[in-house]
Amino acid sequence: MAATGVVGGVAAAATAVPFAGSMFPSERAKAAGAPVEADISSLAPGEMKIVEWRGKPVWIVSRTKEMLDGIQKNNGRVSDPKSEVPLQPDYAKNEYRSIKPEIIVLEGVCSHLGCSPQLKSVEAKNDMGQDWTGGFFCPCHGSKFDFAGRVFAGSPAPVNLRVPPYKFVGDAKIIIGDDSKGA
Amino acid sequence: MAAAKKTPVTITCAGPLNGALSGVLTWVDARFPLVKMWEEQWGKYVAPKNFNFWYYFGSLSAFVLVLQIATGIFLTMNYKPDAAQAFASVEYIMRDVWGGWFIRYMHSTGASLFFICIYLHMFRALLYGSYRKPRELLWIFGMLIYLCLMAEAFFGYLLPWGQMSYWGAQVIVNLFGAVPFIGEDLSIWIRGDYVVSDATLNRFFAFHVIAIPLVLLGLVAAHLTALHEVGSNNPDGVEIKNQPKDPQTGLPLDGIYSHPYYTVKDALGVVVFLIVFSVIMFFVPEMGGYFLEYNNFIPADSLKTPPHIAPVWYFTPYYSILRAIPPLFNSQFPGVLGMGAATMIMFLLPWLDRSPVKSIRYKGPVFKGALTIFVIVFLVLGYLGTEPTNVWGQFGAWMGNADVATVVARICTAIYFLFFILMPWYSKIDECKPEPARLTW
Amino acid sequence: MVSAYSSTFTRVAICAALLLPFAARANEGPRLQTAPINSHDLVSLQNGAKVFVNYCLNCHSAGYMRYNRLQDLGLNEQQIRDNLVFTGVKVGELMQTAMDKKDAKEWFGVAPPDLTVTARSRSSSAGSGADWIYSYLRSFYRDPSRPTGWNNLVFANVGMPHALWQLSGQQQLHEEVFESEHAAKAALIASKGVAQLEESHEMKDGKMAERFVLKTLTAGGGAMSQREYDRTVTDLVNYMNYMAEPARLERRQIGFYALLLLGLLFILVFALKKSYWKDVH
Repeated sequence: MAATGVVGGVAAAATAVPFAGSMFPSERAKAAGAPVEADISSLAPGEMKIVEWRGKPVWIVSRTKEMLDGIQKNNGRVSDPKSEVPLQPDYAKNEYRSIKPEIIVLEGVCSHLGCSPQLKSVEAKNDMGQDWTGGFFCPCHGSKFDFAGRVFAGSPAPVNLRVPPYKFVGDAKIIIGDDSKGA
Repeated sequence: MAAAKKTPVTITCAGPLNGALSGVLTWVDARFPLVKMWEEQWGKYVAPKNFNFWYYFGSLSAFVLVLQIATGIFLTMNYKPDAAQAFASVEYIMRDVWGGWFIRYMHSTGASLFFICIYLHMFRALLYGSYRKPRELLWIFGMLIYLCLMAEAFFGYLLPWGQMSYWGAQVIVNLFGAVPFIGEDLSIWIRGDYVVSDATLNRFFAFHVIAIPLVLLGLVAAHLTALHEVGSNNPDGVEIKNQPKDPQTGLPLDGIYSHPYYTVKDALGVVVFLIVFSVIMFFVPEMGGYFLEYNNFIPADSLKTPPHIAPVWYFTPYYSILRAIPPLFNSQFPGVLGMGAATMIMFLLPWLDRSPVKSIRYKGPVFKGALTIFVIVFLVLGYLGTEPTNVWGQFGAWMGNADVATVVARICTAIYFLFFILMPWYSKIDECKPEPARLTW
Repeated sequence: MVSAYSSTFTRVAICAALLLPFAARANEGPRLQTAPINSHDLVSLQNGAKVFVNYCLNCHSAGYMRYNRLQDLGLNEQQIRDNLVFTGVKVGELMQTAMDKKDAKEWFGVAPPDLTVTARSRSSSAGSGADWIYSYLRSFYRDPSRPTGWNNLVFANVGMPHALWQLSGQQQLHEEVFESEHAAKAALIASKGVAQLEESHEMKDGKMAERFVLKTLTAGGGAMSQREYDRTVTDLVNYMNYMAEPARLERRQIGFYALLLLGLLFILVFALKKSYWKDVH
């Protein structure tokens, strides 16, 4: 009786596997979520390019020296200056949250409730306050982020902007969604 | 208000969990007639001890119903009921959804096996007179389930949106166009359009996925309730309720509890059934084009009719009858009526069979002969329905160059109806044998 | 225990059911040849995929097949990308054709159908879908009366030109007329390759005379020998057979294990049933 129960249970479990498994992302979903190539050969310093990956906007910003210096000045005013919360790959866990300091790749999704923030350069001091060194502002509830995607203290958003996995292919191309070594 | 009864429920099969499980069940049972339902419906339901091969198909049909609902739910997660996307979504399930092919083949195999089980289940009733008094209502509920099942299969078959899906639906809905006066408008109302289209697909999807399954579940509940009210028949056709009781158990002499005897016997039936099911599902799911028709791998094309349209195998006997009846006054309606009558006449069986005995074991040679001929005729009609009418060639000029298959189908149709119409006569004149008091195997 | 009635009845019913199909008339379509495909031959499948992508995807789509599924054939994504993707799409995309459907309809009279499941849809009592495609691709012959200059013994007056003509060469139609059906059928059986037997009735000297025409094909010289061409077509058909149901081999493997498990379960449940029922008489 017990043996029958066990074997019957195994048969039932084996039958349940395709049903439960069918609910995982299909090949179509995986293909739609495949890595995206971005051409940054014409990206001027200070400019931002937006590409779509997995249904989300991904920002690629070419940072000037001024923008990089501005990031340094924010260390005391952001909630998580050292990126302790794991929202970036290891190669982006540094002071500029990027592989190369001159290019930052960020998911353009506010960590509060998911709106897409706007770029506000250093010239927007009138709107953003006199100590604004440039970054992003989310119009939904007023969260502010610097040009490394770090959230300013006092924002509704609790944590920094996410850095997706990415890699450079030469200097002119970035692949977002894939950071494997080799071709 | 009296204090809640707290009859403890004891379990003996869960081993170390006995205590905890018993406690939970006692709590539930004080608030919901759990034990009473279990005992009345199955645990202590007294059944005749001599159930044979023909008695597996009721529980197997219920098992397939559960399989179809389960696979149906998971198919609906990925299927798109839109004329532009339906066919592609089925291929998507077969290829891009992990385990999708498994679920799809289980559903297509289950559909055909459902009908095999139901036909064998109905044949059991014919063999042993299970439709006789006091089981007439049980038979009627069963016939209603059969009609719902045919509707369910018909609606479901449009969903893959292949050539056969489309044109089969087109032909069958056009049958409603044969109804005098209101036919044309009726067809348009059913389709939601002037031809079978996306509107038709969406409503057939609604019928197939929710409307008919709900009705089916209700009818199955009624069917089982009616059965438990009057008790089961058996291969001897002898009522065990009339037998004296065994002094020790209090049960009729030839009665046994369903649990554990039929629990374990039906479990065996399920395992054997699953073996047959698996052989088909994993090795020959198309079944030579009978379970998955080849033409249905071509997306529906409203401008191109396939050279040969045939309904799925389980409808073919009735399709044969439809084709056999010639048009009258330029109307196809007589054929439609004939096809409908062929299904509906089975409702009358409890009142047509006037034999003094229920079971074929004690009926005379006339009834046995009639039933055998009926089965052969049913199978011949079924086969002919899968083929075009010229499959057996033509007679010569002496028969007006008529198709042999059509003539045979007409003869078979006549015999089919005569089986029922003459039954009150031949079941009465038949020389029956005496029924035994105790059941035999 | 089965009563005498139901066992005799069952035997008669089974005999009747088995004999019925033989009562039918012989199929009147073309006689197809069996495709000598081996579904386990990865090299053949890879070659077939190459032929398919090079010769077929220009006009036909295989819109339910994803490029990266070709990993089933023992290729990795890079190989697929480098050798089999010509339209510049990502390897996870579906195999679409570059040709516009409306243009195709104008040029050929009908849009070339999607080929993903053709190896399933062309099955019939004459042979499997793979057999049909195999016979079809080897049955093109020169016919100046057709707009494309080609006709096909398996698919009369087809709108498709002979895409593989450079490989197979130009075959010609050969017709042989017989007065008696018996002689014609004997010749059909004796003939090799794809063949079609046609029957026509015509008035001759005031009487209805039957004419039987056996159609076969004579070989033409192409870049490949007949053997090589047949092997190429075999590979292509092998691939299309795979593409129609990529899960086929997996399904059979799982089926084998499922039956093993159910066999074991059967033994156990049977023993259980016997033990419970031993006291019921």
